[in-house]
Amino acid sequence: MSFRPDYEVVIGLEVHVQLRTRTKLFSTAAVSYGDEPNHHTTPVCLALPGALPVLNGQAVELAVRAGIATNCEVHPRSIFARKNYFYPDLPKGYQISQFEEPLATGGWLDVEFEDEKGELTTKRVGITRIHMEEDAGKSLHDGSAVDSHIDLNRAGVPLIEIVSEPDMRSPAEAGAYLRKLRAILRTVEASDADMEKGQFRCDANVSLRRHGDTQLGTRTETKNVNSFRFVEAAIEAEVERQARCLDEGEEIRQATLGYDADADRLFVMRMKENADDYRYFPDPDLIPLVIEEARIEQIRAGLPELPDRRRARLADEHGLTAAEAAKLVASAALADFFESAVAAGAPARAAAHWLTREVAACLNERDLEIEATALVPDAFASLLELVETGRLTARSARELLPELLEGGGDPAALVSERGLEAVSDEGALEVLADEVLASNPKAIASYRDGDKKSLNFLMGQVMKKTQGKADPARVRQILAGKLDGS
Amino acid sequence: MSRIDREDVERVARLARLRLSDEEAAEMTADLDRILGYVDLLEEVSTEGVEPTAHVIPLATPLRDDVPAEELPPEVAVANAPASEGTAFAVPKVLDDEAEG
Repeated sequence: MSFRPDYEVVIGLEVHVQLRTRTKLFSTAAVSYGDEPNHHTTPVCLALPGALPVLNGQAVELAVRAGIATNCEVHPRSIFARKNYFYPDLPKGYQISQFEEPLATGGWLDVEFEDEKGELTTKRVGITRIHMEEDAGKSLHDGSAVDSHIDLNRAGVPLIEIVSEPDMRSPAEAGAYLRKLRAILRTVEASDADMEKGQFRCDANVSLRRHGDTQLGTRTETKNVNSFRFVEAAIEAEVERQARCLDEGEEIRQATLGYDADADRLFVMRMKENADDYRYFPDPDLIPLVIEEARIEQIRAGLPELPDRRRARLADEHGLTAAEAAKLVASAALADFFESAVAAGAPARAAAHWLTREVAACLNERDLEIEATALVPDAFASLLELVETGRLTARSARELLPELLEGGGDPAALVSERGLEAVSDEGALEVLADEVLASNPKAIASYRDGDKKSLNFLMGQVMKKTQGKADPARVRQILAGKLDGS
Repeated sequence: MSRIDREDVERVARLARLRLSDEEAAEMTADLDRILGYVDLLEEVSTEGVEPTAHVIPLATPLRDDVPAEELPPEVAVANAPASEGTAFAVPKVLDDEAEG
């Protein structure tokens, strides 16, 4: 890593993902978002005496999908355990989770990211385990000066926790892992993974060690960061903080941190003097979760094409570069758009080129996914066709792009409406070239003296006269022909 | 040798948010020690090759369809709470260092 070359950064991530179910993990209350407090509870959610949990089959199915899609071994038998701690938004005084026998273990993801040199690198990140658990309720601290308010709408919502191996070595790798994980979970429809709604929350464990050390340094855990950008920024800030401590010869103390995105600053939530003691034990209310091997195989067979396979197929079918294919499948929506545009007649390589560069840049600037824009694959295909056939220069197409993304419309109509047609009339270009040559004898002289750069100047003059609507390569040809020929 | 000492009892009591008097702690230490002694009897049985038994029912957990059913009206949900504010439960202000664990 560039900013702290003297230390090796070791990062492991724990991601809590909300499964895409209609009801909670152990109760028939609806999963909701943004509703008034306590509008979605049953006696199970409130831990009323005698209420017993009954497991949601759909949640199990989605968790199995996530396990398979992340190359885990899904275990035919797993056990629910009680994780005991006291907090007002945890009505039972324990969270039902899985501990000793989780649903899935031993997976991995191949993660693509740009290294310091800007080259596309692939790295395999191990996944230690995936277990099922229920979410806690929400504590609202701002409503009153003396009280905290508790809303149990979220209590019992089904989650999986995905624990990675400490395999990541930079914030960029961590960001790439999270993006890949989210794309996969969305592809298999295990989760909507909407980060703003807290459906994909990340805890980052960070430690530093001197290069060559085999033992891990003392780690800190940064809790509940809910955007890719913030995760990378939070890790970067924590690496910097730990490096400063180590430089000064201080010891890193185990701690749980929070990240304040507004101030780009970490704050200590609590120091951990002792290991957590949750006194896990098998939940006597729940007998083992058993999933027949045949059922696991059935779920495996029903999964849609995963991003890695799709990337290979797109590269193969359309002759795309590995980097382009990787960028396309990083967002399922972008890859879908690409395939629709190609089906609508867009030349594949040009489509990939434009989508991963010009379009991606516009989307990034606006923080949008392609499906949230007004651009449709058909219009995109006809835009590319205008460029391919020379009716529109690449430059004009780039200028038109933001408008198409925001307002939609038919590119061909927009082009004629705006008079953006490329000047491809050879006769007209010849006349313009002659005009430019006639008024720039100096440039001609220096070109003939061997200063080939003068040609660029002359080209620029012709392009200016066409208001950028000519094909620069053709203009160059015409000028060179006139200069070298006469 | 005792199987459990005063310190263990105090630690478990703290985790369970129980306040024990000196007398209660002493009594509890002796009681728990006797209980663990009784459980020790089981150590005499050979459990080679026997899977740990968390449940005695030879069944898999039944699964439920993902269909919402009747929920408690919010006023009913908070009806038994010592304090509420609107439809939220009201609890003494939570301090950060009381979080988990």
